[in-house]
This record gives sequence, structure tokens and C-alpha cells, in this order.
Amino acid sequence: MKRRSFLRSEAGHGLLMLSPTALYATIVMAAPLVAVFVFSFMTPGYLKVVWTFTLNNYAKVFSSPIYTALLGRSLLTSGVVTAVTVLTAFPIAYFISFYVSPARKSLWLFLITIPFWTSYLIRVFLWKVILGYNGVINSAFLGLGIIHEPMTFLLYNMNSVVITLAHSYAPFAILPIFVALEKIDRSLLEAGQDLGESRFMTFIRVTLPLAMSGVVASVLIVFIPTAGDYVTPTLVGGANGQMIANVIQLQYFKLGDYPMGSAVSITAMAVVTAVALIFVFLNRRFLRGPK
Amino acid sequence: MRGRGFQIYAICYLIFLYAPIALLPIFAFNNSTVISFPLSGFTTQWFSQLWTDTSLLLAVKHSLIVAVSVSILATCFGVFAARATTRYAFPMKQGLMGMIMLPLVLPDIIIAVSLLVVLMQMGASLSILTVILGHTLIATPFTIAILNSAFQSLDKSLEEAAIDLGETPASTFRLIILPLVMPGIISSLLIAFSISLDEYIIAAFLSGTEATLPVYIFAQFRFPNKVPVIMALGTILVCLSITLLTIAEYFRRRGIAKAGGKDTGGFL
Repeated sequence: MKRRSFLRSEAGHGLLMLSPTALYATIVMAAPLVAVFVFSFMTPGYLKVVWTFTLNNYAKVFSSPIYTALLGRSLLTSGVVTAVTVLTAFPIAYFISFYVSPARKSLWLFLITIPFWTSYLIRVFLWKVILGYNGVINSAFLGLGIIHEPMTFLLYNMNSVVITLAHSYAPFAILPIFVALEKIDRSLLEAGQDLGESRFMTFIRVTLPLAMSGVVASVLIVFIPTAGDYVTPTLVGGANGQMIANVIQLQYFKLGDYPMGSAVSITAMAVVTAVALIFVFLNRRFLRGPK
Repeated sequence: MRGRGFQIYAICYLIFLYAPIALLPIFAFNNSTVISFPLSGFTTQWFSQLWTDTSLLLAVKHSLIVAVSVSILATCFGVFAARATTRYAFPMKQGLMGMIMLPLVLPDIIIAVSLLVVLMQMGASLSILTVILGHTLIATPFTIAILNSAFQSLDKSLEEAAIDLGETPASTFRLIILPLVMPGIISSLLIAFSISLDEYIIAAFLSGTEATLPVYIFAQFRFPNKVPVIMALGTILVCLSITLLTIAEYFRRRGIAKAGGKDTGGFL
């Protein structure tokens, strides 16, 4: 009787309606993630797992210079990517929110999101074509006589990874900031200027703090996925641009070492989550919301 | 004029965003296997080569099967979730939604490897079916984002009126709610289709021998003489996705207008 009334209640309806989606996410994502976590404590065997508990995998992750160096480089790369992407995205979001007429805002947002949805692989590959030794930039500059030898610092290093990722994640950075800026009550800005603040100081003291929730969201939405990106470092990274996803792929695919791959994955996720949480914590002043 | 500097910056930014895509057609029609300036002449041979490549055609077939299945499955999951969150209040709502939206920030490679180890452990064989499993997971958060705005702009009193006039909850959904959110559903189908068609990492890990289009393209990158053909293929794909997105955007806006909501812009 009691169960029946719960299912007929608002809460019951809601839960029941959400259950297919929630169940799917549990089976296809949450359960496999738990499995990876368990695997990371097991003994490696080729393409299978030996069910004896060990901490050896983690010991290897932290003692071997390869893993720590790659993890460090992944964090550094995605940190730089995040900084570049968010800093260049902010003026765009600001421009669309404050200067574009309301009727044309959707068009601008659409223009910005289009490149994001068009073949990711080919876009990354095109950066290789643009930045390469015989690439578009070098051949154009050589032809124009600006340089006499192709520039080699453009491709196969961290620069090319940063440029490519910043390009890929631009809309992800712009949209959350735009949404936060749109929510700002314009009369607050007028009040700031009426009370004698300059345009610039109004921006620093009113607009920026109110937009911080969007900035934090875009930092997270760029930082977390880029730290685990595989395609970009593989195609444009070269030997010095490899990131943690490359070694995860190597462990699973080439070496068939599932426990080791799992330990690297779990460590990478834990470290990235920790960095993200520290960032959120440092910004908690801006995220408390209106009182 | 106010904001002149911003305008110039915004245009430069758009050039940066579109530069790689703009190069695609240029080199797709360029009569040289080397991708560099100056251009050497006009040709359509790269496009005609596409039709003779049987492994490419097979990959296209796999990708279409996957993308269509994913768009339908993810949109169904999206409808359930969007309806549940916009209409009902229930315990654990935030936690459950957080989990469902997690693939939005979880690196794809983590989803790919975790599914791979579980499937291998279960002794399942890899095929396009396993790719559908993974793609549905990552496309669902996007469909929820789109459908949420469609369901949010629904007026609850319309529904209550229908119930008062003697409709059952099921017929109310079919006759009142579904037509109103239909544009959102179409937009969500198209977005899920585009996401699946474009996804590489999960497909690479889970497709086994049944390569999808991105897996095929990635394999071709190793052969420098194949580059112009890939440029031609890319040109077709870009035109296709721009068309799909324009239709999706049209329906998304129409849906919001239909339900009397205000356009907040953007897909995400």
C-alpha cells in the first residue's frame, strides 16, 4: 500500500521517469568506472586480470618517471590551454552579451558553435597541415619572402597542442561566460557608473565578480576534458607533446596491461579532479550566489 | 562607435575559428598531393576517388547505422530525463542528474577504456553495437540540455486543462506535450546524430574490426598520399554537418518560439 502511494506521488513519478536514463548511465558509465577502480588494484596478466590484490600498479605509476612526467605535462598543457582559451573567449562572450543587438545574439552563438560540431579529427589534422614543415604557414611565408627557411617550432611540440586544443574548445569556454554575463542586471552597471566609478572600475568591481561563476564553469569544462585528450597530442604533439591519454591507450591496446592502464587512468582522474576542486575552492567567494 | 575594438577582435576570432575549415575546399580541389601554397590547379579527382574506396563505403555504412541508432536512443533517454527534471521534484535529483551529465566533462578516453575492460571481461565481442552503447552515453547529456529548454518553456496549466477535460496522462502527453516539444526532439535527434558521426576515441576502442568513418579517417592519416582524398571527404562532411546543424538550430528556435519562451541562444 505504502509503496503504491509512493509511486503515485510527485516524487515517485519523477524518479520513475528518470530511471531509464539514470539506469543506463549507471550500467554503462558508473559500473565500468567502478570496475576500472577495482582492476587498478589487481595483478596484471596479458589481456586479462589476475585476481590478487596489489598496490604495485600505483607504486609503479608514482615511481616511474614516465608516468609522472606525462601526468605533469598533461596538467601543464591543459592548464595553458585553459588559460589561453578562457582569456581569449571572455572578450567574445562580453562582446556578444553587451554589444550585439538581442536579435542577432543567436546568430553569433551559432557562428561560434558551428566549427565545434564539424569533424573533430579533420579539424585537428588541418592544424597539422597549417603548422607543418611544408605547411600552409611556412609555404605562404616562404613564398612571400618573409622567412628563408621553414619554421620548425610550429608543429610537434606543446605549442601546436595548445593552439589546436584552444581552437577545439573555444565554444565550450565562450558559452558559460556568455550565460553568466546575460544574467547580470544592467542597472547594476549604471548604478556603478552613477556612483562615480569609471567604466573600467565598474567592470572590475561589478561585472567581473558577477561573471565569475561562468568563468569557473568554462575553466572546468575546458580543463578536465583537455587533460585527457588523445587525438590532439597523437596527431600534432610529436614525441614532446604526448600526454597521459597516450600512455593509457598504450597500456590497454599495445601492452594489454589492463590493471596498469586502470591505475594510470584512476590516478589521472584523481589528480585532475583534485586540481579542479582546488580551483573551485579558491573561487568559492564568487560561487556562493546572491544572498 | 562603441565597441569598435571588440568588433574587430570578434572578427579576428571568427577567422581563427574558421581558418582550418576554410582550407578544406581549397585543398580538396587542388591538383597536387602536397598540401601547401602555391596551389597548382583545379581537379575533382579526389572526390571521384572516394566512390571507388570500398573500405570507406563500408565505414560510412557502419557510421550511419551507429549514428541513427544513437540519435534515437539518446533522444529517448533525453526525453525521460528532461521531462522528469522539469516537471517533478524528487529526492536525489541533483545527484542523479550530476551522474547523467558527467560524460560532458569526463574525458572520452576514460569512458572508452572503462567500457572496454568490462566488455572484455564479460567476453563480449566488439562491434558497432558496442560503439552504440558508448556513443549513446556521451550524446545523452547534450540531448538533455536541448530538451530541457524545450520542456522548460511548457506551461503546466495546458496539461492540467487537458486532464480536466478528461484526457488520460498518456493521451495528454501525446496530444499536448509531444507536439509542443517536437521541434526540440528533432533538434536533439540531429545533434546526437552529429556527435556520434564525429566521435573517434570511443569508436576506436570499441568498434573492433567494424571501423566507423572517423576510425577509417584516422587510419588514412598515416599515408601522406591519401591526404587530398581526406580533404575531399572532409569537405563533404563539413557541408553535411553545417546543413544538419542549421536544420537543428531552426527547429530549436521554432520550438522555443512555439512554446512562447524566450531564446537564450546556443546549444549548450
